[in-house]
Amino acid sequence: MRLIAENLGGERGGELLFSGLHFAVSSGEALIVTGPNGSGKSTLLRIIAGLLSQVEGMLRLEGAPAAFEGLAAAAHYLGHLNAMKSVLSVDENLHFWQSFHGRGQCSIEEALECVSLGEIGHLPFGYLSTGQKRRVSIARLLVSDRPVWLLDEPTAGLDKASETQFAGLMRGHLTGGGIIVAATHLPLGLEGSKELALGGAA
Amino acid sequence: MGALFLRDVRLGLRAGGGALVGILFFLAVIAVVPFGVGPDLKLLSRIGAAMLWIGALLATLLGLDRLFQADRDDGSLDLLIMASDRHMLPLTILVKCLAHWTVSVLPLVIASPLLGLFMNMEPAAIGATALTLLVGTPAITLIGAVGAAVAVSLPRGGLLVSVIILPLTIPVLIFGVSASYGAVEDPAPFLAPFLILAAITLFFAVLGPIAAAAALKSSAD
Repeated sequence: MRLIAENLGGERGGELLFSGLHFAVSSGEALIVTGPNGSGKSTLLRIIAGLLSQVEGMLRLEGAPAAFEGLAAAAHYLGHLNAMKSVLSVDENLHFWQSFHGRGQCSIEEALECVSLGEIGHLPFGYLSTGQKRRVSIARLLVSDRPVWLLDEPTAGLDKASETQFAGLMRGHLTGGGIIVAATHLPLGLEGSKELALGGAA
Repeated sequence: MGALFLRDVRLGLRAGGGALVGILFFLAVIAVVPFGVGPDLKLLSRIGAAMLWIGALLATLLGLDRLFQADRDDGSLDLLIMASDRHMLPLTILVKCLAHWTVSVLPLVIASPLLGLFMNMEPAAIGATALTLLVGTPAITLIGAVGAAVAVSLPRGGLLVSVIILPLTIPVLIFGVSASYGAVEDPAPFLAPFLILAAITLFFAVLGPIAAAAALKSSAD
């Protein structure tokens, strides 16, 4: 499986942020997108997720498993927002996304254990701290299977221990033949990942 | 899809869901009409069906702007749009509309017979009004979905949504009220306007979600 971008260009509000991007990420590889604020990291991720359309160029996923046809269908997107309802409990939130996105290998309890939140499934999501909310959001990636993970500042709000734990989860995903595209300022603790620097001139 | 319906129903019923706002508004409108119109019982029973329909229409419009905005605010909308290969987006929207209707409009329909008593309506008129509300109000929600989708990225889109969709809901109001009158006033037909009302609902059950899906896709930023 390969995620390939050719001559990709993206804009935001009519202003061209980047153009002529080339990259190819294969199974088991991670691409770290870096760059200063406003250089188009989030825009690139949203283009890959199919939420924005590119100005130019091609984007395709080759050799995806049969269950995932388009790129958007094969991708998990973890944006700045956690996509959880604050009045529903953690369990209800994860249960909804699991049935909406399809059941994965992990059950909800296992996924919460993976982010060390095993005890708080019954609490309303709104009661949690910023870091705990982020970890619940990470647990959402585990309860349904997607070969491509698109992560936008995934470690924002996480403490050191959770960062290390999340790095372990990402390594597990890569070992299983997955692809990660992450936009970040902080080192994610992934060895041997490719790097794409945006907005060098800006 | 069942999970989405359940989630939206739960959200509507929990604190801050706003399901009660519509029904309180409906109650307030109908309760003040007799004071404004005066104690003429005949007049009240004559305008009763129309007042119930106008109250229900306005109460339905109240909560509509939050239909997609709540999901957009917490990022769920992105994921719902991304999943469109798996769950067709118009279908997702139809389910959201159904959940919204069940939580915030169905209680209006259930309360309408009681409020009909305030208006001194006869039993046949009350029954006909409740029936036309049951069949007609889904159309208002489905039309409203289009307006809510267009205004989803505006921070204070509530009024705009009402202004955009109000002209489109006028036919629903006209046929709903004329069917209610048709049930009690002799020369006026009941079945013809009632069937047109049902047809409007079915028509917008198809067109509304498709148009709303197109609007949501193009509004993503």
